[in-house]
Order: sequence, then structure tokens, then C-alpha cells
Amino acid sequence: MQLTGAEIVIRCLQEEKVEYVFGYPGGSVLYIYDELFKQDKFKHILVRHEQAAVHAADAYSRSSNKIGVAMVTSGPGVTNAVTGIATAHMDSVPMVIISGQVPTAYIGQDAFQECDTVGITRPCVKHNFLVKDVRDLAITLKKAFYLAKTGRPGPVLVDIPKDITNQKCEFEYPKTITMRSYNPVVKGHSGQIKKAVQMLLDAKRPMIYAGGGVILSDAADRLVKLARRLGYPVTNTLMGLGGYPATDKQSLGMLGMHGTYEANMAMQNCDVLIAVGARFDDRVIGNPVHFAEVARKIIHIDIDPSSISKRVKVDVPIVGNLPDVLDELHKLLEASAGVPDAKALAAWWKQIDEWRSKKSLKYKQGKEIIMPQYVVEKLYEVTGGDAFITSDVGQHQMWAAQYYKFDKPRRWINSGGLGTMGVGLPYAMGVRFANPKATVACVTGEGSIQMNIQELSTAKQFRLPIKIINLNNRYLGMVRQWQQMFHGNRYAESYVDALPDFVKLAEAYGHVGMKIERPADVEPALREAFTKHKNDLVFMDFLTDQTANVYPMVAAGKGLSEMILAEEL
Amino acid sequence: MRHIISILIENEAGALSRVSGLFSARAFNIESLTVAPTEDASLSRMTIVSTGSDDVIEQITKQLNKLIDVVKVVDLSEAAHIERELMLVKVRAAGKDREEMKRIADIFRGRIIDVTDSTYVIELTGNGSKLDAFLEAIDRSLILETVRTGVSGIGRGDRILKV
Repeated sequence: MQLTGAEIVIRCLQEEKVEYVFGYPGGSVLYIYDELFKQDKFKHILVRHEQAAVHAADAYSRSSNKIGVAMVTSGPGVTNAVTGIATAHMDSVPMVIISGQVPTAYIGQDAFQECDTVGITRPCVKHNFLVKDVRDLAITLKKAFYLAKTGRPGPVLVDIPKDITNQKCEFEYPKTITMRSYNPVVKGHSGQIKKAVQMLLDAKRPMIYAGGGVILSDAADRLVKLARRLGYPVTNTLMGLGGYPATDKQSLGMLGMHGTYEANMAMQNCDVLIAVGARFDDRVIGNPVHFAEVARKIIHIDIDPSSISKRVKVDVPIVGNLPDVLDELHKLLEASAGVPDAKALAAWWKQIDEWRSKKSLKYKQGKEIIMPQYVVEKLYEVTGGDAFITSDVGQHQMWAAQYYKFDKPRRWINSGGLGTMGVGLPYAMGVRFANPKATVACVTGEGSIQMNIQELSTAKQFRLPIKIINLNNRYLGMVRQWQQMFHGNRYAESYVDALPDFVKLAEAYGHVGMKIERPADVEPALREAFTKHKNDLVFMDFLTDQTANVYPMVAAGKGLSEMILAEEL
Repeated sequence: MRHIISILIENEAGALSRVSGLFSARAFNIESLTVAPTEDASLSRMTIVSTGSDDVIEQITKQLNKLIDVVKVVDLSEAAHIERELMLVKVRAAGKDREEMKRIADIFRGRIIDVTDSTYVIELTGNGSKLDAFLEAIDRSLILETVRTGVSGIGRGDRILKV
């Protein structure tokens, strides 16, 4: 049957079993929207800004492991989407973005709402396509979905000129696809895995360092199995939180710039390190020269060969899909006669417990001023530790990561790589669409929330009962903290003046607003929000300590063992 | 160290910009880059000369392999290989210089492919240092214009880069 390009787009999305498309219409995508109007197999979520469409599709994917889909028009539609695309790219989130383009004959003529979409997005997508012939449309979309999800996942953009969407051709959706230039590795090299098993068994001071790859590849259960079998300590990166249960006794919590003392010290002082779906990011290991000062053997499992030996030399590289590699590793471990060195392990745990006893996350909650950490701790209690938590970027993000104990994967949704302020609210929307019954809270600050505040309108339209936890300290807190610590207390442009009355603002959008100013009111207010207002969006504006800092801290360029602890100040 | 990296890449619009964009985005160095379709018109062959430590070259090959359109990547300089570059030089060739220019071109096995009363265009192939040596050998003030293709390379013997 002959279909138009627009009909083909819709049919492809249906074939891919897409549930939601997050988007914003415009001139170049009008034929597609016309066909979208005529069908009801998937829903379109109209956001208020294209950036939010991409963030929402991104969080839909992060919280469900399905492919997020966003649709935008040409020109400004695309440029607005770029931040969202780059955010997803840095955190390897599988997404397909469909963008309209000016008609083929107009390309390069500086037409109205024209931009070089493929050129602009090229460095921040896994791959992108410009469709120049309607007969290539179906196979290109098939490739886009295939590329997004396989190998190291990532966003794939398909740019479709308007005339293509109005031309007809025979439609057939390919069932499978092969590309001679793209063959991601699945199974790990068994010789390398064998070496890794021996190295793990020979360890005296072992450490498991688990990153976002564990979440993305759904390998959390395998990681738990491996860690329990060995009895070794586990630390998670910011992106890996929930990949290993935070309340488990083998968990040392998060590592890195604002990681726990015990996690960073164990990372620095271990003799065998197994990195699982992590990439030795600058915010994780600090200064690589300092990190390399302690001799240790490193095993690195990752699906992306270019992540291995990029910042830190490793001894046993294993390229493969985590679940497959961990299964193989576990199998070989079971088959091996060796056991971990119990005596050495006991001594290592004793050392770790000593580090733990520093209680590097302690803080003091007085009677007058609300401490931001306290709000997150109470949020954890009130939600039973079982909510989906999205965050924006800054101090509140670190406090959420430190004090909300994530026991399950895909519950912690934040922009780790790009560090995009403004993701929190659209992320919460995407999470809720993927998990329609879930409790969803967005931990944010008065700076970040205002970067996509317009989405309060989308949340109203689709009745999304998100709880916004606004840790309002009237400062761009992380900027202020760095200015205090490294720029002689000169708070250049980090005080946020003329803030809106968030309660009234929430009410203006048709939501519930609450202002919480005293420590004693924190828990009751949270309980009220999550029970009485269970089905409402509640904007909770917590006025918190203005000068609270995030500790512990490894300053930029410093080594992991050169931590600044709260008590040392 | 200097490396010659050969790439087979899908011959599609924008393929070159994906490769050159990768080099600039990751601050990798490009000394020269040549590209043209192969005997199979769906594939282009690219030769990139780059310098960097072993770690950097390892990252370059890994990052190139990661590009979806890239089919194969080989570091030619890892084993026996041949490299060639083509240069066209337009020189002033009048009076006493005319015979001398012809003589030097012959020594370098260059060919004169365009002649006017006062100029020659000399075609020269070889590795980069041979072309450099030719430019050194002739009187600088006689050079009117030079154009070089950048290095193309191929493995010796059984080393074959093919799909």
C-alpha cells in the first residue's frame, strides 16, 4: 500500500510499540501531526518548550528502559531540543528524536526556520540521519530505534524535510536490520574473564566500583549476586545509584567529589578494583595522577571500548554487554576452586569500618533553620524509600544522592554527565508517564526549577501528581559554595534576587503550593503532601539554610584521599 | 609519534564531517586527511596522518570505530606499509632556470605536465619527506604555487583493508 511520509512516520512509531511521543508542533512537522491526530495507538504529550520534550522522553526511558521518543519542528524547535539531546547523550540514554526540516529544495537557502540540524546535533547524538528520499524513511527509522538501544545506548536523531512527509511510497517496515559498519560486542572475551576471576580471588583489598552502565543494561541483579558471592565492598557512582542497594551492609555509598569518606578511601587504597559499567569520570576519581599513585590492579567491564583506558590504564579490559559478562564471570567463579582470602578480607572490612566511623555525612539540624539534608532524609522516610526521585543540578542534587538511599535501579533520575539545570520537572513528567502509579518527587532548587518552570502547565494538563521539593536557599548554592571555598567569598551573581512567591505561582498553574520555614514543619508538610494531596502536584518551597555546603568534598584537581570533611572547617 | 590511520567508511553525505568533527571535538591532531571512493562506490577510503602518544592513538582508533558509518579502521604504521603523496608545483622556468628545473625534476623522477614560455607544472609523487626535499632543492623564489594531496597509504603484501 502507498503511504505518505507522514503516515509512514506514524506507522513506524506504532510498529516500535511507542506509547508516548513528547513534542511540540510547528510548520515542518504539520503533515506528521495531521496523521498523529488521526490515530490513537500512541499518545502525544504537548510540552511547553522543546527542551522539556526531550528531557521528558529521556526520563521516560531512564525509568523504564524503553526508548524515549521526542518530536520537534525545524530551526528553533531543534535548537531548543539540543540541550535535551546532549543531556541524554552524556548519560547514554536510548532515545529517538524526530525533527522536521524545511523542504528538500529549500535546504541551504537560509529558509524560514531552517538550521543545519544534522550538523548542529552531530557531536551530541549517537548517530543522526537526514532523510532525502521517502523510500528511505521506514528503514531509517528502523535503524534509529536499533542504534538507540543496542551497544552503548544513546540518542539518535532523524531529520525529515517537509516535502518528504507529503510524498508517497510503498510501505514495509523491516523486521530486522543489519549494518555492516555496526556490530556491537555482546559476549566478553572468555580468556579475559578468566583472568578477572583469578585477580578477584587473589585480592587482599578488593573493591567493586559500579556505574550507570549497571542501570542502563539492567544488570543490577547480577551485580548483587556477584558482590554477595564475593563479600566485597561496593561503591556506586552518581549515575549508578540504585544499581546496588544503598541499605546493604556491603554498600559504601556513592564515591567521587561528594562521595562518602569510606567509598573514596577504599577506592584509593584497594589493591584490586573491578569497574562495572563506569568510566573513571573526573568527578569520580578526581586527579588521575594522584589516583595512579597507589598501585592496584584494575578490571574494567564496559560495552564501549573507548571508555576503557581513556583516563586510567587498566590491566584486564573486558568489552561486552554487562549482564552477559557478569553471568559468565559468576559461572567461572562458581566453577573455580578458589575462594576469597577470608583473613585479608576481614582486615580490609575492619579498615573500611574505621573509615565509616568518621560518619562523613553527618550534619546538625537545629530548631530554627531547616537544613537541606534533613528535608531529603525526611523525604526518604515519608516515601518509604520507594519513590522515583528526579533532581536538577547543584547542591540539592548532591544532597538527594547522598541522603536518599536508593535500593532499586532506575529510581534515581538525574543529569550526571552534562549537569543540566532544569531537567528535574520534565524528568518527573517522563517518569510518571512511564510509571503511571508511582510516587514521583523532584528534588530541586530555586535556581534550577525556574529553568523549566513552564512545565507546571504540562503537568496540570496531564494531571501529573509530582511532588516538587524545592530546597530554597536564595542562592545558586553550588556556585556560592565554590565561590566561598575557592574565590575568596566573592559571591559573583550567585544570589538570586526577586524570587517569585512559589506558592502563588503553583496556585496560578492550578496546583497546590506550600511554604515550609521551620524544621518542625518539614515532616508534617511532607506527610500532608504525600497523603492528603496524593493526587495533586504539590510545590513544596522549603526555606533552607543559606550557607549549607555539600560535604565531604574532593576539590577539583585533587586526589580522592584529599577530602574536605564538614568537621574540619 | 606519527601514525597513518586508514579508514573504510560508508560513502554517505556528511561522513567526512563526522570524522573531522571527532578530531576537533576531542582535540586530536590531524596532519593530513585524504578521502575518495573505493572500487566499491558505497565505500570511501580515508587516510589520516596524526601524531600523538600511544594512548592518544589508541583513543583515536577506538573513537573512529565508534562512529556508526565507519566500517574498518587500521593503523597502517603498526606494520609494513607504503605511503605516497602527490604534489603539483608550478615554478618559474625561464632563461637559465629552465634547464636547471628540468634537471632537478628528473633527479626526483618528477614529470613536467604543463609548459609555458616561462613556467612548468611539475608532478611529483613520493613520501612526504621526498616532496619536502624537492622543495628544498629548488630555488624557493622560483616556486609560484604548490598543491599537495596529503598522504595515502596501503599495507604491504598480505595486509589488506577490505570489507
